[in-house]
Amino acid sequence: MARIIVVTSGKGGVGKTTTSAAVAMGLAKKGHKTVVIDFDVGLRNLDLILGCERRVVYDFVNVIHNESTLNQALIRDKRCGELYILPASQTRDKDALTEEGVGRVLEELSKDFEYIICDSPAGIERGAHLAMYFADDAFIVTNPEVSSVRDSDRMLGILASKSRRAEKGEEPIKEFLLLSRYSPERVKLGEMLSVDDVQEILSLHLLGVVPESKSVLNASNSGIPVILDEQSDAGQAYSDIVARYLGEDKPHRFIDAEKKGLFGKLFRGK
Amino acid sequence: MSIDSTLISNQKVAVEIKSSAFNIPALILSSHSIVEIKQQLQKKILQAPEFFKNSPLLIELHELTEQQVEIDLRSLIKTLRSLHLIPIAISGATRKQNSIAIELGIAVQTKHILIEPPVVEKIPAVEEVTEKIESIEPLTKTVSEIENKLIMQPVRSGQRIYTKGDLTVLAPVNPGAELIAEGNIHIYAPMRGRALAGVQGNTKSCIFCSDLQAELVSIAGVYRLSEDFDKSLRQKLVQIYLHDQTLLIKKL
Repeated sequence: MARIIVVTSGKGGVGKTTTSAAVAMGLAKKGHKTVVIDFDVGLRNLDLILGCERRVVYDFVNVIHNESTLNQALIRDKRCGELYILPASQTRDKDALTEEGVGRVLEELSKDFEYIICDSPAGIERGAHLAMYFADDAFIVTNPEVSSVRDSDRMLGILASKSRRAEKGEEPIKEFLLLSRYSPERVKLGEMLSVDDVQEILSLHLLGVVPESKSVLNASNSGIPVILDEQSDAGQAYSDIVARYLGEDKPHRFIDAEKKGLFGKLFRGK
Repeated sequence: MSIDSTLISNQKVAVEIKSSAFNIPALILSSHSIVEIKQQLQKKILQAPEFFKNSPLLIELHELTEQQVEIDLRSLIKTLRSLHLIPIAISGATRKQNSIAIELGIAVQTKHILIEPPVVEKIPAVEEVTEKIESIEPLTKTVSEIENKLIMQPVRSGQRIYTKGDLTVLAPVNPGAELIAEGNIHIYAPMRGRALAGVQGNTKSCIFCSDLQAELVSIAGVYRLSEDFDKSLRQKLVQIYLHDQTLLIKKL
């Protein structure tokens, strides 16, 4: 049986798709057969971030409505053979998703894959609801600012009461926090919420902090998941996150501002 | 002071009859299909199970009576009870249904004129009153059935917890969350949401919280916003209570 992970946040623009792509690639690179599903029907983006937008023929909605088979719609990543993408439809809307259809597709995928990552759309409506409904684990992507924290809190309430596990009275969804677009320097200046400020409200298991980084935008624009950019701090942060999720013990990084030594000062002066 | 009470003034008053108004949900029926009614009601109840549980109910039959459709009252009452609702009165029913209702211990409200030809031989008013008093019994029973609740998980933004009795919370209550109780509310963790105690009008209800950061607190409908809290009370252990219609916050 596959483990179903939902990447969600409530708020838009916090990095759900970036995280979905990075984590999926990270798991696949570690040899786990992984599929990542774009639930953002009508606002398809995941294919761009993963650089497979020109290979989309059939999509998730086609499979749900039995207009194509799952194998026809799945796109195998060219860089890593263990990674597959199930893209969203760009011409439909969220009403094209049905609980029965999503359940059936996830069940079928569960037979072949180790991890299924559901990239949730923003909001708490149908698309987001169905993305989280069948989940076993939830990655809550939050930015260190008040509206994102509140929306994440709302999402956590929904996970605890409206998911299949909650409705069936099973063990609740495991929730993990990913704090993205974090800037220790701005936290120090009091311009940004700190990890502790966020945890005061959310009190979750912290899977990792992803620093604000230019490499994320570069990676998105070129269709390469940022985790493949091993030189960048964001790429390393996602590698840590995947490792921690798989049970490895990695100390947290990127939380405190780097101390600038003499060399740092000299180079910065350039 | 009325004559009656002066007469018995040296005795201990055991009974007092006052007119009082309850807000009771009315079930307005426009179909006579018990199956249909049951399905739609179940859906409604699912949206707020705690709210409907053991809720008294007035059954409005005007529409059906006007359409000259007669619903099977016995199975309707049975169905409602199976859904944990407590039908206490019917209104706008036919004469036949009225007598069935009385047989079942359900009060009859005859404010509105029935379509049936007026019956000369009216049920004596007194009898009706006694019936009504009897049927109110189950209602008072449910009110006194206090249901206390203990919450150990954080209450997240957008979550709402309702209880008929006291509510005790041992985890943080986040902004945008709502605690609603007919009795008292106790919070032994940071309280950042809204707390409404005594929502059915119990002015003796209190709110106790160990770390006051609430957005709003209210007792029996009298509320205060965080904006109006004294700064010295922030993040303190406090008791919130009502004194002469004024909401007071006291450091403990």
